[in-house]
Amino acid sequence: MSEILVLVDHLDGEVKKVTFELLTLARRFGDAAAVWIGPGYEGAKDKLAEYGAAKVYVAADEELTSYVVAPKAEVLAQLAREKSAAAVLVSATAEGKEVAGRLAIKLDTGVLTDVVDVADDFTGEHSIFGGAIVAHAKVKSGMPIIAVRPNAIAVEASQSSPAEEQVSVTLSDAAKSAKIVERVVQEKGERPDLTEAAIVVSGGRGVGGADNFSIIEGLADSLGAAVGASRAATDAGWYPHQFQVGQTGKTVSPQLYIAVGISGAIQHRAGMQTSKTIVAINKDSEAPIFDLVDFGIVGDLFQVAPQLTEEVNKRK
Amino acid sequence: MNIVVCVKQVPDTESPRKLKSDDKTLDRGAADGVINELDEYAIEEALQIRDAQGGEVTVLTMGPGKALDSIRKALAMGVDKAVHLIDDALVGSDALQTSYAIQQVLGKTGFDLVILGSESTDARTGVLAAMLAERLGVPQLSQANKVEIDGSAIKIQRQTDYGFDRVEASLPAVVSVVEKINEPRYPSFKGIMAAKKKPVESLSAADADIDAGKVGLANAATEVVDFAEAPPRAQGQIVKDEGDGGTKIAEYLASKKFV
Repeated sequence: MSEILVLVDHLDGEVKKVTFELLTLARRFGDAAAVWIGPGYEGAKDKLAEYGAAKVYVAADEELTSYVVAPKAEVLAQLAREKSAAAVLVSATAEGKEVAGRLAIKLDTGVLTDVVDVADDFTGEHSIFGGAIVAHAKVKSGMPIIAVRPNAIAVEASQSSPAEEQVSVTLSDAAKSAKIVERVVQEKGERPDLTEAAIVVSGGRGVGGADNFSIIEGLADSLGAAVGASRAATDAGWYPHQFQVGQTGKTVSPQLYIAVGISGAIQHRAGMQTSKTIVAINKDSEAPIFDLVDFGIVGDLFQVAPQLTEEVNKRK
Repeated sequence: MNIVVCVKQVPDTESPRKLKSDDKTLDRGAADGVINELDEYAIEEALQIRDAQGGEVTVLTMGPGKALDSIRKALAMGVDKAVHLIDDALVGSDALQTSYAIQQVLGKTGFDLVILGSESTDARTGVLAAMLAERLGVPQLSQANKVEIDGSAIKIQRQTDYGFDRVEASLPAVVSVVEKINEPRYPSFKGIMAAKKKPVESLSAADADIDAGKVGLANAATEVVDFAEAPPRAQGQIVKDEGDGGTKIAEYLASKKFV
């Protein structure tokens, strides 16, 4: 069977859930061949086996993660050629898309970004223009490179015992031109990653200030959720920009999205419209967010959200 | 310093955005064209670097005649001159082809620094900066939320999900910036007047040594097969808070097994 290369998305050996989604997806098309780049493989190998990796290519050299993106594209390009892979799957994160872009140049092939599903012939489904349009696109010739939106594919475990193959790569000088000299990990506590989380609680203009975001965080923590923010909230400096959900921020697709004090302008909807279940709390009954919700409360978030947090905590 | 800012004209997010039914490309007539808002941060960053380091900022756009409006805005913000790549042969080009076309133009303009927004708000592929860096063989300094230049050394903070990476490289380089790296200025009246006198060079594909057989819809590596309006979400249940709104949500979440 032909191999589908899956770039493992991990941070220092901690594998992101999207990797299991990619492995699940890859198994539809052939042998899921995980590509591990950087240190930390030993601690993660069981996880890759649990989700059906038929093979794991391990490029463990620490140097590969010391530069911005380019080394990952070089490893993938080498493997894609050597193994005559049928397709390459990466996560549609900022970095995943950059890897995909560089790889597309190297292999002179097309790239599909931010797909939410893939059909048998590698046609990708896209949710575009803020979720208003569903489009299908494909790579016309050559090996498709597909960046898949986290949380779009339902994971299915399938135990395997993957064959391991060590990969050595001699990096080009160009790949070593943007050196990462320090990695700064900012405190985020125990909360899941925004794009990976099954539940996201976001706050907007109605939250009214940075201090009040503790209400959003409290609700998120009661549900084990990630915290997001609308552009109005990040513009005002109430919450850091990397948590912005929307057209110019992150696109999220969780099982449950709770919008608190967010009116639901297109700017915001574009980043959360494909969430499976949507709940909103807003004092304005005319707010466009209510067009999207499965369940909405018209009310004061300062009353409703803390009560909800308390109720959720009680039910645990 | 020779700084080139790549700008894309996109349909206004606030207006109805459509694809054309015949060739399935963006319907540029359906919506107002505006500068991709993330590119405004790129323009502002370029202007700040120029003002600190000296040199010249060129705005480069590829697009139809209408894209001149976006060029004018960039010039009004303070950009020194513009290059407009305009050719019917380029219509329908995908990211791979666009990066090739821009590479060819950069071969004409030269550059010490190319600055882009991190993605466009219409296609949102987020691949162009990486593709350009790959093609040009220069450092990719993407997702920057801070840029510092000292001589030929460039340092950025690369925004990540966990915080940021400090990244160092030497010029020439490709930089892409994220929202909030700066506060893009509004064009002043004086700026708008001055923009009218600034040079705008119009290039055809041939002028830029772009092989017409490598660009455009027919030669694209990717193809939109079909599209349709997304089905509307079913009308949900909306309840006015009577003092038990939080409890009601909790009950709803429990019924859906979220709690």
